[in-house]
Amino acid sequence: MRKFYALFSREVRGYFHSPIAYIVLIFFLIVSGIDFYFQVSFMNQRQVQYTVQEAFFNSVFFWFAFVLIFPLITMRLFAEEFKLGTIEPLTTVPVRDWQIVLAKFFGALVFYVILWIPTLLYFAIFLKVTNEPAAHSAGAYAGSYLMLLLLGMFYLSIGCLTSVLTRNQIIAAVISFCAITLLFFLGLVQFILLDVSSETRDLLGYFSAIEHMGTFSRGVIDTRPIVLYVSMTIVMLVLTHQAFQYRKWRL
Amino acid sequence: MIKVENLTKRYAGQPAIRDLNFEVSRGEIMGFLGPNGAGKTTTMRILASFMPPTSGRATIAGFDVFEQSLQARAHLGYMPENVPLYSDMRVTEYLRYRAALKGVQHRRITERVGDVKELCGLKSVENKLIGALSKGYRQRVGLADALLAEPDLLILDEPTIGLDPNQIRQVRELIKNLGEQHTILLSTHILPEVEMTCSRVIIIHKGRIEACDTPENLLGKIRQAGGVVVEAKVGTDNGADELKKISGVREVITEGEDDWKRFSLRVESGVDVREEIFRLATQRHWAVRELTQRRATLEDVFVEITHSDAV
Repeated sequence: MRKFYALFSREVRGYFHSPIAYIVLIFFLIVSGIDFYFQVSFMNQRQVQYTVQEAFFNSVFFWFAFVLIFPLITMRLFAEEFKLGTIEPLTTVPVRDWQIVLAKFFGALVFYVILWIPTLLYFAIFLKVTNEPAAHSAGAYAGSYLMLLLLGMFYLSIGCLTSVLTRNQIIAAVISFCAITLLFFLGLVQFILLDVSSETRDLLGYFSAIEHMGTFSRGVIDTRPIVLYVSMTIVMLVLTHQAFQYRKWRL
Repeated sequence: MIKVENLTKRYAGQPAIRDLNFEVSRGEIMGFLGPNGAGKTTTMRILASFMPPTSGRATIAGFDVFEQSLQARAHLGYMPENVPLYSDMRVTEYLRYRAALKGVQHRRITERVGDVKELCGLKSVENKLIGALSKGYRQRVGLADALLAEPDLLILDEPTIGLDPNQIRQVRELIKNLGEQHTILLSTHILPEVEMTCSRVIIIHKGRIEACDTPENLLGKIRQAGGVVVEAKVGTDNGADELKKISGVREVITEGEDDWKRFSLRVESGVDVREEIFRLATQRHWAVRELTQRRATLEDVFVEITHSDAV
């Protein structure tokens, strides 16, 4: 456990030692800030059926920023170690491979959570300024942030897998960006392919992150997406572990 | 301490090392010699559990490096070739991190990190970013890292490469001192280094072990066991013929166009012919300005063994 903690804290500190962390933080604050501003001003102009909080988590702006941050967070995880050769001192100490994989995953997850903390402030400021809550209930906040965490876990684990497959960070980023974008927008296929059967449409609906986000941000906590994302994360991490061992042995 | 049996490693079918067999016992300093691409790094990487062998097995302190890799690694301090390090960490921070990974007890970390910094002369750069260190200091950080957990066995892949002569001397001293408590396996190109530090030498060539012995025995085995160089003005005499008459002299090579001739003598091992040469010179009234016994060096051994590759 102490070894895991050493690896994990090195991962988290590693983010803040590199300029990438600050660039991602700033980029994300700007985009989510603009998103929040637009949603509020849009709602000022007309009557709508949803709350500020729902609008914030379900806008195009939000999706755009959302799918872009994962490759940026995960691309360096393994690729950099392979490139610099630091994988050699790392794997020749008495540490298990899965400890390395989990430390990297949780390190990325912690950075991802840190990324979201400032957005809580938006809702606090909104409440202060307007004296109106941004959502119907506390459950809506909890649902949105729970969904963010679940999606984050899944997409970060995809990022881990692509990073372990190459020593080139750009390639890792491009592959994970494509995979995450395709998965994220899978739910939209039902609106594009109009002639698919209703069964196919329902099936795709199960995988639709956008739909999940819509449900959870209303405060409806459905267990099906929870099972889906947690199990997919585990699958991705197992694959990462396998690929890591395979790559290490082939060097 | 190390036991290697029929160790073979292939990369995409091409053998990098073939059927290696050797043992290193506790307290030995074993030198690992060989031209570039001979398989030194491959062997060391297998011993450090960095990659598995294609066939054969290796054990460290009785633990198989593949099957019981974790226990084997716990006995090992490994310094990889070129010392890859995290350039965004500071020296002390890095060593503390490595100590934790190696399972050094929490309350002993500060003490151990302080000790290895002292030993490797890192005190003056302890708060510097590793990325800002010179090659020599990076090398020392690698060595300090290998020593952190007080391992029984040190595997050092080219510990002195890229250092200046003063630093090489320092590292050599350090290794010699470490040899008193640790078993060491080190690879190098620098032959005098091996002669000075190692108790035994393995010469590896094209993935095979060509020789494994003490430096002295290796020197004794070599054909050109020793030689004598004589530089003399021999006048009208045929110097080479005269010198050949001395018992023990096998061959004489003459160089030099003017009055001064340079004779290189090959002599049977264990025979000192210098006294005879002196007597001959006084008898024939030769003027001698050099009379030197040339010791065969490991370089000769190395060149002779790996010669097939050289041309």
